[in-house]
Amino acid sequence: MSMPAMKSEAAVAAPAASAPAEIVTMTPKRAPVAEKYLKMAKDAAVRVIPPLIVLALLLLFWELVCRRAGSALPPPSRVFKETKELIFDPFFDRGGIDKGLFWHLSASLQRVAFGFSLAAVAGVALGTLVGQSVWAMRGLDPLFQVLRTIPPLAWLPLSLAAFRDGQPSAIFVIFITSVWPIIINTAVGIRNIPQDYRNVAAVVQLNPLEFFGKIMVPAAAPYIFTGLRIGIGLSWLAIVAAEMLIGGVGIGFFIWDAWNSSHISEIILALFYVGIIGFLLDRMIAIVGKFVTRGTAAN
Amino acid sequence: MTTQPYLKLDHIDKTFTRGNATTEVLKDINLTIEKGQYVSIIGHSGCGKSTLLNIVAGLTNATQGGVLLENREVNSPGPDRAVVFQNHSLLPWLTVYENVKLGVDKVFSSTKTRAERDAWVMHNLNLVQMAHAKDKRPAEISGGMKQRVGIARALAMEPKVLLLDEPFGALDALTRAHLQDSVMALHQKLGNTILMITHDVDEAVLLSDRIVMMTNGPSARIGEVLEVPLPRPRKRLELATNASYLKCRQRVLEFLYERHRFVEAA
Ligand SMILES: Nc1ncnc2c1ncn2[C@@H]1O[C@H](COP(=O)(O)OP(=O)(O)OP(=O)(O)O)[C@@H](O)[C@H]1O
Ligand SMILES: [Mg+2]
Repeated sequence: MSMPAMKSEAAVAAPAASAPAEIVTMTPKRAPVAEKYLKMAKDAAVRVIPPLIVLALLLLFWELVCRRAGSALPPPSRVFKETKELIFDPFFDRGGIDKGLFWHLSASLQRVAFGFSLAAVAGVALGTLVGQSVWAMRGLDPLFQVLRTIPPLAWLPLSLAAFRDGQPSAIFVIFITSVWPIIINTAVGIRNIPQDYRNVAAVVQLNPLEFFGKIMVPAAAPYIFTGLRIGIGLSWLAIVAAEMLIGGVGIGFFIWDAWNSSHISEIILALFYVGIIGFLLDRMIAIVGKFVTRGTAAN
Repeated sequence: MTTQPYLKLDHIDKTFTRGNATTEVLKDINLTIEKGQYVSIIGHSGCGKSTLLNIVAGLTNATQGGVLLENREVNSPGPDRAVVFQNHSLLPWLTVYENVKLGVDKVFSSTKTRAERDAWVMHNLNLVQMAHAKDKRPAEISGGMKQRVGIARALAMEPKVLLLDEPFGALDALTRAHLQDSVMALHQKLGNTILMITHDVDEAVLLSDRIVMMTNGPSARIGEVLEVPLPRPRKRLELATNASYLKCRQRVLEFLYERHRFVEAA
């Protein structure tokens, strides 16, 4: 409890202390700009160089192991040689599923965007209900706890039977995979809203809708974003697997197709892209979350 | 001066029940407060002061008895009994201005235009000298400043009764004295009816027209009510040697530390 108070005192004290000193430091302040950039470059180097070294060592190791004749997997040099065309021309489109990697990835991303958006809306709504109402929790929570353990792909046959089409089925699988962590985290966030905030809302007499928008969502935002981050990660895991089964354009089926035509190098390239995009999706939600919750997190 | 009761606490009992364990916290509390009066409730920790304030605020329901405001029973929270909470309770994601505006927008949604509401928010921030920090977030201002904003938020709702739950409890002595002076000046200027909880004997005597002393719980009652016959405006420094100030102070101290000494571990 004393932490925020100490922090805010420091925040108030700092400008006051630096005010008289400002005149003195004005002139020399301009000179260290170059120094500042140098420091930033150093910081960046410290973060970038170690993983680059590790990566180079791993590639070297892989090259040495797989270069021998009769090895089952291609070494990185051969992967590069065989997939140069795919790397440098991701936009070609020869009809059917013979398209550049850009089109496969964008098809997968669209499915994820659609399914995940539905999951976010439904997850926050259901999570709010479960977090707010004891009866909703008693009724729904056991159901959720069971349903969330069902592996994503186990839903696929059922959704194919229901929708009779690959596209909505894939979206449904994304939805059903990512909705549980969003529900559960939102519910925890809502349950943890301090009684003080509820009292403030009661004294001001906010109606339920205003209470939802002005108190619940901002107060639970850090929890909601934790759920969204887990959810988007699971979506990306599920889409690749689901696409292998439903076929059509998409990175999952691209991998499956490459396996069927024994293009191992293409599989490796696709895995590389899948990893990078999964990482970017996670970072994206994290950054949005950081921006949205800056007020709440500051306390 | 007419002495028609403005706020009336009528035979209030409060029992908390968890499972089959019941604790009687408050027993037969009766109190009437006139319009414009400043009344303090003082008592040892855990005797049920906050519980009593929450009952008046409507945040907790009394087990027996009720609260009458202008002869109408009140049993749900509302802006006519605005609360300044002990730990400020500002919403951390809103700026100082937005925190005050939240209440103003609700209370005056039909009686003031947008521009008038904006001006009213700024007027109340000015009353507590916080207009300069209107775009700051609560995490960026000091504890005393937060409490000022909490007071502005409550005042801006134009409450019939202002409820203060140990409003200065978390502050250092200097800030506390400064805020006490501010609240005294505001009371003088606006004539609010105020019910305040405090731990601090000097604070109670300095600010109040009447001091309500509560016995120790469980089953806390009102032990004694003391009138403070000091004229207003009151000056902190002059009072230090004032005979009736010292006498009031003595009475409260005797009540708290001799007749109702705090026995259990806090
Ligand atoms: N929700 C609750 N359930 C059960 N008991 C409660 C509840 N709220 C308060 N109590 C009990 O009621 C008693 C009075 O609590 P209260 O918070 O009103 O004390 P207080 O006088 O405000 O104390 P302090 O000066 O420390 O703030 C305490 O013994 C507490 O344990
Ligand atoms: Mg209390």
